[in-house]
Amino acid sequence: MRTSLALAAGKGTRALSRLRGGGSALPGLVTERLDPAVLRHTLGALPRGVVVVSGTNGKTTTTKMLVALLRAHGLRVFTNPTGSNFTRGVISSLLGEVGLSGRLDADVAVVELDEAHALHFSAQVPPAHSLLLNVARDQLDRFAEIDHTARLLTTLAEQTTGGVVLNADDSFVSRIRGHVGDGVQVRWFGVDPSIAERLPELQEADVRYEDAEQAREPGPGDGLLLPEEDGRAFTVRFVGDPDADVGPLTLRQRGLAAMINATAATATARHLLGPSFSAPTAARALEAVAPPFGRGEVIDVDGAPLELVLVKNPAGFTVALGTYGTEPVATMVAINDNYADGRDVSWLYDVSFDSLRERGVALTSGVRAWDMALRLRYDGVEVDHVEQDLDVALDRFLGDHRGRPMRIFCTYTAMMHLRRRLADRFALARFGEDPDA
Amino acid sequence: MSEDRGVAQALPDDVAALADVPADKGEVHVVHLYPREMSIYGDLGNTRCLAARLRWHGYRPVVHDHHPGAPWPERADIILGGGGQDSGQVRVTEDLARHADRLRELALDGLPMLMICGMYQLFGEAFITVEGQRLPGLGILDVTTRGNATRMIGPVVLDTDFGSVVGYENHSGSTVLGEGQQPFGRVRHGRGNNGSDGHEGARTGNVVGSYLHGPVLPANPALADGLLEVAARRATGGWFPAEVDDTVADRAHRAQVRRLLGS
Ligand SMILES: [Zn+2]
Repeated sequence: MRTSLALAAGKGTRALSRLRGGGSALPGLVTERLDPAVLRHTLGALPRGVVVVSGTNGKTTTTKMLVALLRAHGLRVFTNPTGSNFTRGVISSLLGEVGLSGRLDADVAVVELDEAHALHFSAQVPPAHSLLLNVARDQLDRFAEIDHTARLLTTLAEQTTGGVVLNADDSFVSRIRGHVGDGVQVRWFGVDPSIAERLPELQEADVRYEDAEQAREPGPGDGLLLPEEDGRAFTVRFVGDPDADVGPLTLRQRGLAAMINATAATATARHLLGPSFSAPTAARALEAVAPPFGRGEVIDVDGAPLELVLVKNPAGFTVALGTYGTEPVATMVAINDNYADGRDVSWLYDVSFDSLRERGVALTSGVRAWDMALRLRYDGVEVDHVEQDLDVALDRFLGDHRGRPMRIFCTYTAMMHLRRRLADRFALARFGEDPDA
Repeated sequence: MSEDRGVAQALPDDVAALADVPADKGEVHVVHLYPREMSIYGDLGNTRCLAARLRWHGYRPVVHDHHPGAPWPERADIILGGGGQDSGQVRVTEDLARHADRLRELALDGLPMLMICGMYQLFGEAFITVEGQRLPGLGILDVTTRGNATRMIGPVVLDTDFGSVVGYENHSGSTVLGEGQQPFGRVRHGRGNNGSDGHEGARTGNVVGSYLHGPVLPANPALADGLLEVAARRATGGWFPAEVDDTVADRAHRAQVRRLLGS
């Protein structure tokens, strides 16, 4: 009874806030206040339970891929849309799909949760499975310490009832193995030993210690990333079970980080699906996944590609530069320091910008435009213009490089702002609207 | 130069190339303490900044990364340390104890040192944990830090002997100066040592301790050059700075001051 009332109130709020164009979290907040157990009542009843995807980097991409893999195998999947990775965001998206009875027409839920909110969520609904990606610095203001983040993920694993999928190459994640409950299965993903030297592209060297536990030796059933020579195609190789190998395949999203996300999602899908997992079906599903908003999204600006690349921590920025840095495009960097960006910009000094040196940077912009230009100066990267105002900077950048490929590296709120401007000028899907949907 | 344990590092050519002057004024050796364990908030940027500025002023920078357990570098003209996590601090305490007497002597002798956040706390008299346990520090700065439930986080503007200084604080320890201990600066925006007495950091002779990340030196070139002047005089017998173009640093600095103080 209480759940129905709560859902009805939440649905009302949702309709209202839609009309006013409001944010996605408010209706969830209303429902949650009325019935703190709303998540348990709806998601807890799903036949295959809840799968939580957490970790610092790659949650959105990995969740999207896992959902696509499960749907391709015929499962009905509930998921939280991009960008609303909080408990309330999950409830908000529930409201759109659930009847007042609280019954959700799905077999399984796959939800992306950030580390801090994953615990609040798992206290309501213990996950059947969790996929733990990595621990890196992000939003220091919010989580304060990497050690703390690692503890949150450990607790999440402890609360998981069926199985956990862990990153074999991230020592913060791999040591969680010792904390899972009795009878909870452990599966692994990682990079193939033959490309171990590329691991630093995915990690932050300065917080890894030589005396940390050595990487786990690959064992039967592990899903390992094995890239092809061309750098774009790859195979997810299952140790001891070549029939299950997925690929070679090529993702629409570029870069090593996306490949390791696909590996994580594939290892998890295979674990969830068991014998009904089909390698060809999985490869087709992965190849069809569109890059999520802000992860290598390409906008057509009068026939020239403009790429928006979200950067939010040293590991992510370093990976992004490794993926794109040396290509001959005009580059702009937009750094804000609002709450959602992380207010401390110190981390820019933990990124190496060497790859931008050859071509230089056309423009730095955002609230911390001057700090970004200063940072580049200490890596010997030339900056043509510094313009704090994002609108002025965007106009100048587009005007100066008409018809040529362009790329903007930007923090979260800078990206939201720039994308809104671009949406007004060029036909773009609005934030939250999946281009595929 | 892969695993450069205690080995000198080179300055990237392109950064050196920004200098208009030859590097003929002598070598200055910069020692960074525990760059892996105690530099997680970009504090490596301070070392990078000093190396670049030395070169731009016409000196030859030699940077030594000192890791736990490694032999002490053959020469030190200025020493830097940064912030870390609890686990990082645990990893360095043994090595710090091994070099405690040396560091105290060098501090007394006037060697410039800049210790940020976690290393600032370790340079103090003691750290008292939330549980009441007293962990002794090096005692180079007369400050005592207590573990605290709330973090002090946010952008900071200070008034210091080096002019206004901007940075970013992120600490849960609450630090109090001993009687007669000079602060590094007075807080104009932010929390500082403890959020109540208006003091930030501590300074004794040429040793500066501070909570400011940012990292603090790039956007505060007067502070960087103030420390370098002492280092260069010790190393080469004089300080003959070249003209360095600090337009970008000054704009970054002014943008923060204007935004946080409204002036
Ligand atoms: Zn700090």
